[in-house]
Amino acid sequence: MIGEWLDIGPVSQISPGNARTLPVQGGEEIAIFHTLAGAFYALVNKCPHKAGPLSQGIVHGNVVTCPLHSWNISLKTGEALGDDSGCVPTIPLRVDAGRIYLLREAVVGQQAA
Amino acid sequence: MNAQTKIEAGNDAPVRERLVVVGNGMAGCRAVEEILARDPDRFDITIFGAEPRVNYNRIMLSPVLAGEKSFDEIVINGPEWYSGNAITLITGDPVVSIDRRMRTLVARSGLVARYDRLILATGSDPFIIPVAGNDLPGVVTFRDLDDVDAMLAAAERGGANGEQGRAVVIGGGLLGLEAAHGLSLRGMQVTVVHLMPTLMERQLDEAAGYLLKTELERRGQTIVTGADTAEILGRDGPNGKHVAGVRLKDGREFMADIVVMAVGIRPAAGLARTTELEVERGILVDDHMVTSDPAIMAVGECVQHRGACYGLVAPLWDMCRALADHAVGKPSGYEGSVTSTKLKVSGIEVFSAGDFSGGDEVEDIVMRDASRGIYKRVIVKDDRVVGAVLYGDTADGSWYFDLLKKGEDISDIREALIFGQAFADANALGGGALADPNFAVAALSDEAEICGCNGVSKARVVACIDGGAHSLDAVRSNCKASASCGSCTNLVERLLALTLGEGAVERGAKSLCKCTSFTHDDVRRLILEKQLKAIPQVMQELHWTTPDGCASCRPALNYYLLCAWPGEYSDDQQSRFVNERLHANIQKDGTYSVVPRMWGGITNPRELRAIADVVEKYDAPMVKVTGGQRLDIFGIRKEDLPAVWADLNAAGMVSGHAYGKALRTVKTCVGSEWCRFGTQDSTGLGVRIERMTWGSWMPHKFKIAVSGCPRNCAEATIKDFGVVCVDSGYELHVGGNGGIKVRATDLLCKVETEEEALDHCAAFIQLYREQAWYLERTAPWIERVSIEYVKTALFDDPGAVAALAARFHHSQQFMQDDPWAKRAAGEEAELHQHLAEVRPLALEMAK
Repeated sequence: MIGEWLDIGPVSQISPGNARTLPVQGGEEIAIFHTLAGAFYALVNKCPHKAGPLSQGIVHGNVVTCPLHSWNISLKTGEALGDDSGCVPTIPLRVDAGRIYLLREAVVGQQAA
Repeated sequence: MNAQTKIEAGNDAPVRERLVVVGNGMAGCRAVEEILARDPDRFDITIFGAEPRVNYNRIMLSPVLAGEKSFDEIVINGPEWYSGNAITLITGDPVVSIDRRMRTLVARSGLVARYDRLILATGSDPFIIPVAGNDLPGVVTFRDLDDVDAMLAAAERGGANGEQGRAVVIGGGLLGLEAAHGLSLRGMQVTVVHLMPTLMERQLDEAAGYLLKTELERRGQTIVTGADTAEILGRDGPNGKHVAGVRLKDGREFMADIVVMAVGIRPAAGLARTTELEVERGILVDDHMVTSDPAIMAVGECVQHRGACYGLVAPLWDMCRALADHAVGKPSGYEGSVTSTKLKVSGIEVFSAGDFSGGDEVEDIVMRDASRGIYKRVIVKDDRVVGAVLYGDTADGSWYFDLLKKGEDISDIREALIFGQAFADANALGGGALADPNFAVAALSDEAEICGCNGVSKARVVACIDGGAHSLDAVRSNCKASASCGSCTNLVERLLALTLGEGAVERGAKSLCKCTSFTHDDVRRLILEKQLKAIPQVMQELHWTTPDGCASCRPALNYYLLCAWPGEYSDDQQSRFVNERLHANIQKDGTYSVVPRMWGGITNPRELRAIADVVEKYDAPMVKVTGGQRLDIFGIRKEDLPAVWADLNAAGMVSGHAYGKALRTVKTCVGSEWCRFGTQDSTGLGVRIERMTWGSWMPHKFKIAVSGCPRNCAEATIKDFGVVCVDSGYELHVGGNGGIKVRATDLLCKVETEEEALDHCAAFIQLYREQAWYLERTAPWIERVSIEYVKTALFDDPGAVAALAARFHHSQQFMQDDPWAKRAAGEEAELHQHLAEVRPLALEMAK
């Protein structure tokens, strides 16, 4: 398992209710979310509607509301909720001993897509 | 040097397999107990312990510290257990090396032991944060009896000059809070500093963490969240250097006679690592607790099983069962544990289990009872309980945990689930009619109390409905049921449905959002009546049905609290839209536009040069004059915002709040100073108004204009507040809007002096701030309440204008700080910076 996960640092870098961004050279910027309940998620930082930066939305439950047109996006599945439809890729993430790891293939592999 | 105890058993039995256990803690001894229960004669057993004492229940150290138990009471196995089972116990002598080839191990004293089978049960070590001073005398962890003794001694000593002793506990998790509680009971003044914004964030959600913090503070502890420790301070004392306090990264200092570090634990896998067993975070074991060496097993907090390390006691029992089954040749296997947590602080009941991170494919069932301080949340997915968080009433914790572990289908008891096992069972006996959500209410007797606040029985509510109250509001105003705290709203709604039929219930005023049945007005009124001063408190006291609200109610509550408690309430950044969090306007490409304030629309060469420089320096693709007479710089990246602001600040400009539900701009025409038609100094008045009103948060954006004559070049009659100067004074207009639906202003009144114009402006704004709904502009607000109402509110009582204006000025004291200056100085830098950057090519090369 080791080596397939990218260590992107301690969980304390993102306070609950916030998100931070991770630009990927040659790929899509990734947004990493920390919910108020303490869960972490990573999504491509682009709303499926008009590519709004999801990292800047309000986080409630496991949902982020896009800052541009208030679409609600599931942090777990990347899918638009309610009457809207669309989906943004999610990046497998795990938290281990207080550090955040992203699945390397999912981060690096994007550029091939 | 520790005293070495050696309890040896007289032993003349035939030669048996030699089993050596490293670790005399709960895991090691439990493993031995399990093996003995299966086959008492199979092994010749030796246990090595690092601590100089017999086996005790480590999780009961908290009650020992709190004075609720003595050490003797928490001993699991006394000396007679070792001798009675022919176990050799070697205490106070930690094992320092293992020779796997020779199957021998060496203890610190030089003692050598041979083994056929070895069990590693080395437990875990407290994590020591790497800051200066962490090795000072008086800095302790909370792991063993020695730590407890050190804390007790500190409490006994007290502070200097016979004052109350002071303790700082670093870490607001389970262990830290138990240590804090114990020290507090022992008479110390305790401060808990916790890195994360809420206590026990790994076990509790925001709502429960908030209740816990409030209760601990009520008990006299000081709880500091979001506190990152920078250094542990020392002082020179009579016996050399000693701990003196803790300094946080933000500069705050807390004095202490003892510092307890309880930030977490990590598996104690050092011995296994030097022995070259496979170790990741913990010692890797298979389902039979066997390590990479078949002769060596491991169990407890030192192991990593299927990727998981455990820091709680419950998984031990299952691990030890699997280990013992394997050791006696009847392997059964361990498949991992689901854990639950209970805080051992007397009088505070907290329970959590499973996954409570929420989400859209799960359903949250939330029950809050503000009067009894109860918060219960059960998380259900596909008709199965997947998590539970309970605060205040944990009686049903084990029931939920049981449902969770068994994965039982709860669809039959879903409606009763949150009320607990007794209620669910009683209703199941009633014929399983819970498929009908109104069943529970129908089953209530006529005398049953529906509304506890106002003492209204079911019969009275039904009579009230029969008497013509066909909506929730009508019931509230008729018999007062659900009119106070609102916790019975659900019951009243069901009684309405039951009495009238679902279709006949009249829907009243719209609730604030789907998380509550209260309207905006209700919420604003109750925030004041009940003195609610934080978002989680509002959600608890007003029985929100979601754990942390939604994108509609969070910003609204943040504004209502800010308006209700100026200077007291601290703004919740997570409840603000991005523009107000980043103090700039997000654009469709994700970049931002920046509008510096130009008082009254007047500028000068210095400001213009600074703006021009920013445009060039940051390569802004466009700069545009706005409708509000300002310059808008487009295409700034969020990373560059603080630097842009620093440059603009340097030229004397502050935030223009073009991004906020706030005072936007005061637009002016040139007025009597230059214009041949001008009647008054409209630019001068505009600047004065803007100086008075800038920085104030409002229900929605707010635009002002001052025109120097009735030709109205500043378009004051489509603004939220407009001044039209005339020869005899100033006409004040309100409620205009030039947006989607154009609305001309209503004339509010005419005044004679600039001072009066300013007072009326402040008073009108404050009325709007205090009474409009969040996201309601003045135009729809006035359409809703009528201009007559506004006039009555301002003019019926001759003191009203002055009183409202005074409240506005009071609030402004706390609002008129330039948010740009703070960010430019480095505050909340993480909002602007990327976490890191991934360069796949560099990565591939490193591979």
